[in-house]
Amino acid sequence: MKYKTMTAVIATLALSAPMLSAGGADDDTLIINGDLEITTKTAAPDHLENLDEIVSGWHFRADETQALEMDDFDNPGMIFVDQAIDTWNAPEGSEGKSCADCHGDPEEMAGVRPVYPKWNEEAGEVRTLQMQYNDCRVNRMGAEPWKYDSKPAVYMDALMSSVSRGMPVDVAIDGPAAETWEQGKEMYYTRYGLLELSCANCHEQNYGNYIRADHLSQGQINGFPTYRLNSASLVGSHDRFRGCIRDTRAETFAADSPEFVALELYVASRGNGLGVEGPAVRN
Amino acid sequence: MADGVKPRVKVPKSAAAGEAVMLKTLISHPMESGQRKDSSGNVIPRSIINRFTCEFNGEMVLDVAMDPAISTNPYFEFEAMVNEAGDFKFTWYDDDGSVYEDTQSIEIA
Amino acid sequence: MDFTRRETLAIGGAAALVTLLPAGAYAATSEELIAEFTGGADMADTGVELTAPEIAENGNTVPIEVRAEGASAILVLATGNPTPPVATFNFGPLAASQYASTRIRLAGTQDVVAVAKLADGSFARTSKTVKVTIGGCGG
Repeated sequence: MKYKTMTAVIATLALSAPMLSAGGADDDTLIINGDLEITTKTAAPDHLENLDEIVSGWHFRADETQALEMDDFDNPGMIFVDQAIDTWNAPEGSEGKSCADCHGDPEEMAGVRPVYPKWNEEAGEVRTLQMQYNDCRVNRMGAEPWKYDSKPAVYMDALMSSVSRGMPVDVAIDGPAAETWEQGKEMYYTRYGLLELSCANCHEQNYGNYIRADHLSQGQINGFPTYRLNSASLVGSHDRFRGCIRDTRAETFAADSPEFVALELYVASRGNGLGVEGPAVRN
Repeated sequence: MADGVKPRVKVPKSAAAGEAVMLKTLISHPMESGQRKDSSGNVIPRSIINRFTCEFNGEMVLDVAMDPAISTNPYFEFEAMVNEAGDFKFTWYDDDGSVYEDTQSIEIA
Repeated sequence: MDFTRRETLAIGGAAALVTLLPAGAYAATSEELIAEFTGGADMADTGVELTAPEIAENGNTVPIEVRAEGASAILVLATGNPTPPVATFNFGPLAASQYASTRIRLAGTQDVVAVAKLADGSFARTSKTVKVTIGGCGG
């Protein structure tokens, strides 16, 4: 009992004693390719009681990292969007169909990513984009489903995000999705692991501060999937949830778990109003 | 051949004769440095792109000898002189012997 | 990465030590590489520019730029890396300028060095100290 308390105390101290001057979000503007301005700061949605303003993670990164996202050429995540376009056009599975055969050009999918995760009436569950791809793949293409957050799945998320870039995130939290949303909200405020940290401890109470050398953001996912400099690869939101929970020294949930679907719905809703950035570039 | 290696180059469609154009190149490649160890503690052997060249109509623009400290998904930005219409040829040479290429044409405006 | 608390502390301590070690710990190899490139010639301290961030957000992907007017080649070394060589840029007849930008990996806080072979056969050298932070929750 004493050990746990001590760890929690140290964790709190580490959080509240910033290494460098606690910088809030900076004042730069995100304009991609010189013509697409992204909403990166806006009023918090009504359901969010403890924040007045929501801010994209872009604002908490160093200038050089921010610059990488401002040009599709400099953005290393875009090379994987190219790969997803190839996948989109390639026929796969027993039906010999490609995504393009039913859906046309990827551009026609604009407006899809901003409303996901979404309640699917037929399936009777909230679905993430990746769950939807697999439904199409298995039931309509006769192809193998993609493992959650595997390369082709994350690359497809990046493609779906890139065609919806700039559109405001707008996930529904009421109606049939409400129960899943409440579950996600409860998770967000639950302390996990030996370090007894909840998402809110860092991302709601301490955004703008430093945890060791990391500049804490609000933990918004409007930029996901994101190209992380850390791993030099595209990372999906469930993958990041897994990492965060593991960092609290807890047994983390699996990438395709219903818990993370609920958490993704809740966290996405905290960003309702922010522009889709994907694929974003972050630390 | 390493998996999923795909080049992406940015070349303007046209330029005035004698104009300098900025080129950007990116290629998806893990650039395994040879410094990492796997979960059993064995060193993961080095496997990188060790050379990048850019030629225009057969003449050299840039020739880079690359070492393991170049980041994953190697990126280069540099300037080329365009005196006539023609083709830029970009070549990446992998440690494992594979060669990746991309060609982009440019017109004179 | 699954570390026990003890391991994490040990690694943290070791990492702190590593970043405190003077870059000179590996500089010997860097000096040898530079001597190989220059043939032992003297280097001027103007004629080559190196742009690098003062604090790298992440050591895995650090953007740098080199520029040396009229140079035929620029050698870049990360003097604090286990293997210092980064790249050698050789500029051909159709290079519009002797400028290049790329992204590199830095193992820790260190000096990045650029040495240029100029048009008249002489050499120039510059360096920049880049601080590399070891992250918080980056995972």
